[in-house]
Amino acid sequence: MAKFFTKEHEWVEIEGALATVGISEHAAHELGDITFVELPQVGKSVKQFDTLAGIESVKAASDIYAPLSGKVAQVNSKLEDAPETVNESAEGEGWICKMEGFDAAELGALMDAAAYAEYLKGM
Amino acid sequence: MQLIYEKSMPGRTGVRIPLCDVPQAQPFPEALRRKGAAGLPEVSELDLVRHYTNLSRRNFSVDTNFYPLGSCTMKYNAKIAEDAGGLFAQCHPVLALLPGGEKLVQGPLSLVHGLEQQLAEITGMDEVTTQPLAGAHGEMTGIMVIAAYHRARGDNKRKYVIVPDSSHGTNPASAAMAGYQIVTIPTAPYGDMDLDLYRAAMNDEVAAVMMTCPNTLGLFNPHIAEICAIAHEAGALTYYDGANLNAILGKVRPGDVGFDVIHVNLHKTFGTPHGGGGPGSGPVGVKKGLIPYLPTPRVAKKEDGSFGVEAHPEGIGRVSDFFGNFGVMARAYAYITLLGREGLIEVSEQAVLNANYMMARLKEAYDLPFDKTCMHECVFSASRQLKDGVHAIDIAKYLIDRGYHPPTVYFPLNVKEAIMIEPTETESKETMDAFIEVMLEAAKLAQEKPELLHEAPVTMPVGRLDETRAARAQQVCCEQ
Amino acid sequence: MGYCPNTPDDIREMLAVIGAASVEELFSPIPAELRAKSFDLPAGMSEFELMRIMRQKAATGGADVTPFIGAGIYDHVIPAAVDHLSGRAEFYTAYTPYQPECSQGTLQALFEYQTAICRLTGMEASNASLYDGGSAVAEAALMSLRITGRNRVVLDASVNPLHREIVRGYLHGLSAEAVEVAPAGCACDLERLMGSIDAECAAVIVQNPNFFGSVTDFSALAEKAHQSGALLIVSCYPIALGLVATPGEMGADIAVGEGQSLGNAPSFGGPYFGFIATRKSYIRNLPGRIVGETVDKQGRRGYVLTLQAREQHIKRHKATSNICSNQSLCALRGLIFCAAIGKKGFSDLARLNYDKAEYAKAVVSRIKGVSVLNCGPTFNEFTVSLGKDAAPVVERLLALGVAAGVPLGGYYPGMEKALVVTVTEKRSKEEIDRLASLLEEALCS
Repeated sequence: MAKFFTKEHEWVEIEGALATVGISEHAAHELGDITFVELPQVGKSVKQFDTLAGIESVKAASDIYAPLSGKVAQVNSKLEDAPETVNESAEGEGWICKMEGFDAAELGALMDAAAYAEYLKGM
Repeated sequence: MQLIYEKSMPGRTGVRIPLCDVPQAQPFPEALRRKGAAGLPEVSELDLVRHYTNLSRRNFSVDTNFYPLGSCTMKYNAKIAEDAGGLFAQCHPVLALLPGGEKLVQGPLSLVHGLEQQLAEITGMDEVTTQPLAGAHGEMTGIMVIAAYHRARGDNKRKYVIVPDSSHGTNPASAAMAGYQIVTIPTAPYGDMDLDLYRAAMNDEVAAVMMTCPNTLGLFNPHIAEICAIAHEAGALTYYDGANLNAILGKVRPGDVGFDVIHVNLHKTFGTPHGGGGPGSGPVGVKKGLIPYLPTPRVAKKEDGSFGVEAHPEGIGRVSDFFGNFGVMARAYAYITLLGREGLIEVSEQAVLNANYMMARLKEAYDLPFDKTCMHECVFSASRQLKDGVHAIDIAKYLIDRGYHPPTVYFPLNVKEAIMIEPTETESKETMDAFIEVMLEAAKLAQEKPELLHEAPVTMPVGRLDETRAARAQQVCCEQ
Repeated sequence: MGYCPNTPDDIREMLAVIGAASVEELFSPIPAELRAKSFDLPAGMSEFELMRIMRQKAATGGADVTPFIGAGIYDHVIPAAVDHLSGRAEFYTAYTPYQPECSQGTLQALFEYQTAICRLTGMEASNASLYDGGSAVAEAALMSLRITGRNRVVLDASVNPLHREIVRGYLHGLSAEAVEVAPAGCACDLERLMGSIDAECAAVIVQNPNFFGSVTDFSALAEKAHQSGALLIVSCYPIALGLVATPGEMGADIAVGEGQSLGNAPSFGGPYFGFIATRKSYIRNLPGRIVGETVDKQGRRGYVLTLQAREQHIKRHKATSNICSNQSLCALRGLIFCAAIGKKGFSDLARLNYDKAEYAKAVVSRIKGVSVLNCGPTFNEFTVSLGKDAAPVVERLLALGVAAGVPLGGYYPGMEKALVVTVTEKRSKEEIDRLASLLEEALCS
């Protein structure tokens, strides 16, 4: 399935029962060199657009918001030792976590890739 | 430069400690003893002295360089205040708490009381506590006092503190530490907190509004009395962050305008040295209705004219062990006493004159987001230079090569590529002129040879350091 | 008079550039109705007159009293080099090292300081200092709440009462709770402390030596805390760490303390510094500034403020703490103290404190009616019962120029007869003997 994006620059991609979440390449670039990803606890339940995780670069700190409601099923523990993965591959290897128990209908509140690209142009 | 630990030689000893003039005791029980001596340096006294003397030379400081760091008030630190503060080194604070001990410490107690009186008059407040140990500590204390006030009235629904987006980061952080949620109000195009949004945010769930005035753009907000009135109408209290008090000494007293609580930074306005990041001191002043909630204990003047230490039972408890950073307080007391009324008025007048002169001369070369008379500091933006690929940080680093400590950059957050200059009143026109020439030169280089700015600094022991690597590696002490 | 250098000519020229007619005109953004209603301060004076006033105040500051008092603040030797080196203007008139290239002096010194604190406490990561010992204990408590996501700390009541009051104040605002556990006599009640640790407990906070001077092994307490997912916070006295097992050796998660003893004079209450050190895995939860090592483009080693994204100037209300300033200069004094005294000197100094206090304990406890209340070992402080109310005795000796100790009645109801006596390396045998004879006189008359 394709990626969907939030206005706060998170992406989500649904594959079966799991939804993979990360930050967009645009967001990773804006943050600069990422030094730390505060991964969520596995099992944590969140509502759509609630704070899910945190991310820091040398001079900035941002919250990562949940693109969908659901429960955290897995986290990308590779980021603990290699936060730079987010810079290298924000929309691939640098994913933050996988969620379960979501409602795909909530995707309606998000943008698809084309809409997100338009959104970025307008910023 | 090597670390002191790298200069260490096993078996080398430094300063001698006193001789033992009592019989040696039974050995300390083995089970409770530390395993092996702590890995402290083993150096001779001369090696020690050279090491730290040479280290000190790797710092810019007020005594060696112009240091126009905005919002930090890096004024000259009077030498006589150092001498005065040092006189009290041997006074033990616990003496004041012993039965019959007050009699023995009348001098320092009178100083605490005297400084509280001076600060109350300067800020227009009714009483002052000197307990808070720094500006942010003062903020937290002030907000705790505000919380205690609301609580004592049974007014338990107030859970928000309002701050403008241009505030110092300590304001929201301090209010959060006192248990409040933060409401941030944006800056309006005229450079002050947006009054309409503020009015809309104020209600009976707001405990306080925290204001810095002049604000971090160096602008005096003409609506502060109205802001206070709006808060009071909703039953909220008003907090004045005294970080920029230097601009208004003798001109405005926050207490007169409607503020209920203030903290002042003795290490900014009252000329005590910054020490490379502390110690500071952040006394808090309050209006009459809040006096019961000040921290315990209070230094009080008794009927016979002597000074005592009194418990303050309704207060918020203690925020520090004794009476605050007394050594810093003694220096500030000396500074205020030495300058006196006229001297303090001259401080604000010359600080504002110097900042406006700086602004007038630099606004041709740098964008000025808010072009109006400033107070003690002016905020430029390097957005014009950014078109040539030069950032505020590049200009800052170039200044280092030219022997100037850079202004504050990237603050306030609501100005893009901010360059915040606070010359202070103790700098001469020639010093500022020389600095201005270098700033103008940097603006020219930005157009002609931006690479020179990107490479700066090149004259220091180290060039630009890899902060990402530091944050990822987290190497925060020397491995043994 | 003041320190403003501009001459009348300078001022005229500057006003012309600005385009203002007078300095007063620059204050025109301030509406008339907001102007100060009063500014009633005396006229200024010269240095000479000022120092006359200051000397008078210092003369009645109790500096001539022989202190057998501690309560967290101790009268230790300060090597001459500490004043001379920390008095270098390049250190004391600099600001926080935000521009690392022109602040390597402060930054490297703080890195060396963090190293000294780690080595003294047996921990892995230290920050660049906190305000003082009391706020350090409070910050450690808050840190444990952040790490565990729990809302309660267990506070041993033999922790310095002033520090406990500060902890309660800090926790109050956050609706978190401190449960106090009374000591058993002068010793920490380890059984009850262990019994108080439950699934809601973020940390158990103890002090070593405790307020009564008793030294305790907290290893079992650490183990018990960890089993319940709680942390052990040990507040320690840095001079004692020359002799006593470290928080690190006991399994503590956070070590804190009052740093005053390391090269900072009592100075009527400050400035001092607090220290805080922890495990490397908790480093991001440390409050305040941290200095880290790195390199420049040419590979030259240098130091920077690091992990700043945790701090208030970036994270604002979500910061780990509101702390902005540390106590840099006081921490520098602490570092220079450690380096001047040195590895062996530091152990010897601790041993000397212990020897002198043991001597004092022996001579004081020989007095009729006096008994030592500590059951186990002590370092340089011990608690005695005088057999009668201690306060009047202390007051009587104070009038004779000796601060005999801190009477406990005001802090621990029921302990009115008890006195905590402190003996540092600066107290001579003669002074100790005089203390004993004055106490004997006061008690037996």
